[in-house]
Amino acid sequence: MKRNGNRMGMNRRKKSANLLYHILMILLSIIMVYPFLWSALSSFKPVSELYVGSPLNFLPQNPTMENFNRLFEILPFGKMLFNSIFLSVVIPIGMIIVSSFTAYALARLDFKGRNIIFILFIAVMMVPSHVTTIPNYKTIIELKLINSYWALFLTSVFTAANSFNIFFFRQYFLTIPKDLENAAVIDGCSRFRVFIQIIMPNSKPAIATTAILSFRSVWNQFLFPMLVISDYDRLPITVGLKYLKEWEPNWAVLLAGSSLSIIPIVIVYLIFQKYFLQSNLSSGFGGT
Amino acid sequence: MIRTKRKKLSLKANEALLGWFFVLPALIGFSIFTFGAIIRSLYYSLTDWDLLTDPKFVGLKNFINIFTSDKYFFRYMGNTLFFVITLVPIVLALSLLLAVLVNKKSKGFSSKIYRVILFLPSITSTVAVSMVWMWILNPDMGLVNNLFAIFGLEGPAWLNDPSWAKPALVIMRVWQMCGYYMIMFLTGLQTIPDSLYEAAEIDGANKVQSFFSITIPMLANTTFAVVIMLVIEAFNMFESVFIMTSGGPLGSTSTMMYYIYEKSFIEYRMGYASALAWIFFIIIFVITLIQYKFRNERGGE
Repeated sequence: MKRNGNRMGMNRRKKSANLLYHILMILLSIIMVYPFLWSALSSFKPVSELYVGSPLNFLPQNPTMENFNRLFEILPFGKMLFNSIFLSVVIPIGMIIVSSFTAYALARLDFKGRNIIFILFIAVMMVPSHVTTIPNYKTIIELKLINSYWALFLTSVFTAANSFNIFFFRQYFLTIPKDLENAAVIDGCSRFRVFIQIIMPNSKPAIATTAILSFRSVWNQFLFPMLVISDYDRLPITVGLKYLKEWEPNWAVLLAGSSLSIIPIVIVYLIFQKYFLQSNLSSGFGGT
Repeated sequence: MIRTKRKKLSLKANEALLGWFFVLPALIGFSIFTFGAIIRSLYYSLTDWDLLTDPKFVGLKNFINIFTSDKYFFRYMGNTLFFVITLVPIVLALSLLLAVLVNKKSKGFSSKIYRVILFLPSITSTVAVSMVWMWILNPDMGLVNNLFAIFGLEGPAWLNDPSWAKPALVIMRVWQMCGYYMIMFLTGLQTIPDSLYEAAEIDGANKVQSFFSITIPMLANTTFAVVIMLVIEAFNMFESVFIMTSGGPLGSTSTMMYYIYEKSFIEYRMGYASALAWIFFIIIFVITLIQYKFRNERGGE
């Protein structure tokens, strides 16, 4: 009887601890989500309503589309959103193609100078982008690529962000058993085909990780696009927001613009959250 | 025998050729946009250059000026260090705490949802998030001060107040950065075998004791990686400053990254900015090196 009572007490304590845990977690979740939800909902509020900024005033009383209308009037925001999506799909593809080819050679093909090249690629991972921004801006001018997406493509594919991908792919390729490709090589399969048909299909997790990290970094690019793209129709949305902030004093419109730029990536994130949450797993520091 | 040897040789030559063929695109591209850029930047740092005319070689003049007559350099370096010293420990502690909290019931559906939500701020662009937070921190109409008002408190002017602008930026960055490092810690946590905790429990250790005697030591490698990345990220604070304060009020939030941007793309003093960039890079590099050394002395890998 006594023992039973003891157990019941423990159960109750466990239950209340559990409840406390969920209350804490829900509170934290609200802190993380509230700014997004609140700004998304606020973009449907008329200005007068927004400026009564009580946190309790959550839902729009008189929902309106006027903020979005104004937004598209000032800047081609729809086009900018499309540009951002286009760039964050195309540039990561380029990054992955270049880095995986390079990494395969560095991991599996034997040639003179391989180690030096590998060390060179890895060493520049340390060099921050602010060192290369000025010379690359000059190079882009010299190549007459101002206002061209090539400027963004080349400076993403051939800089430190992608040398991380090279490193990451190389480490991954080294874990693929050699027997797999040796068998194919003996059968007379060319190395090129081995890479395309055996190595790449066996590297899906590495591709997913580099794709997601690259997508995230391109989507967030700000300074370099701001410097090299001057045509409003060609700007990515992050830079568009900067101009919006300079020109528009109405905060309801600014929040509409911010929300519009946040929502697509949140949708991508929710669909692929499994990969996002794994993508930092082995961030190049030896796993653990 | 000879034929197979020759075949082997040609295979080897083939492989070398293919190797070069595979690395060549990256090698050419990196030679222009990374290796070449680094060398050019080093050269520019020794010049006076306004981007329009040719760079004029001035030797170490930029470096000497930075250390002897640039009062902003030390001031903005101080601001940057403030952000590093506040952000690194706060984000480190909070992200570890969050990781432990969402790891608690790893298999549960609810903890999976919590993970997805807590990671959310770190995927959105700093520019967009900065805009939202500017409004949240608005002194009169913002969310935070209105929340204070409910409890009868008067909030500060946040981004408009020279002494509150820095903490305001720290709050926003902590909110944004925690989720990312939480996931890194979570990965580390999941490599710790349950049997260790079970053994500790049998030995009578409570949760707090096993946290300090098992979790923390077992996470040494992860913690090291997190600190290295966190320090670099904190040093490189730029976009939030650019959008939220433009370095103000009265230069109280200007970071080194923002200063380099100002010197280069507003004042067009490219040589001076390049020198700043190199000094800043060397500072971060040395600090990273010290961290590695510190860890090696304490018996890490």
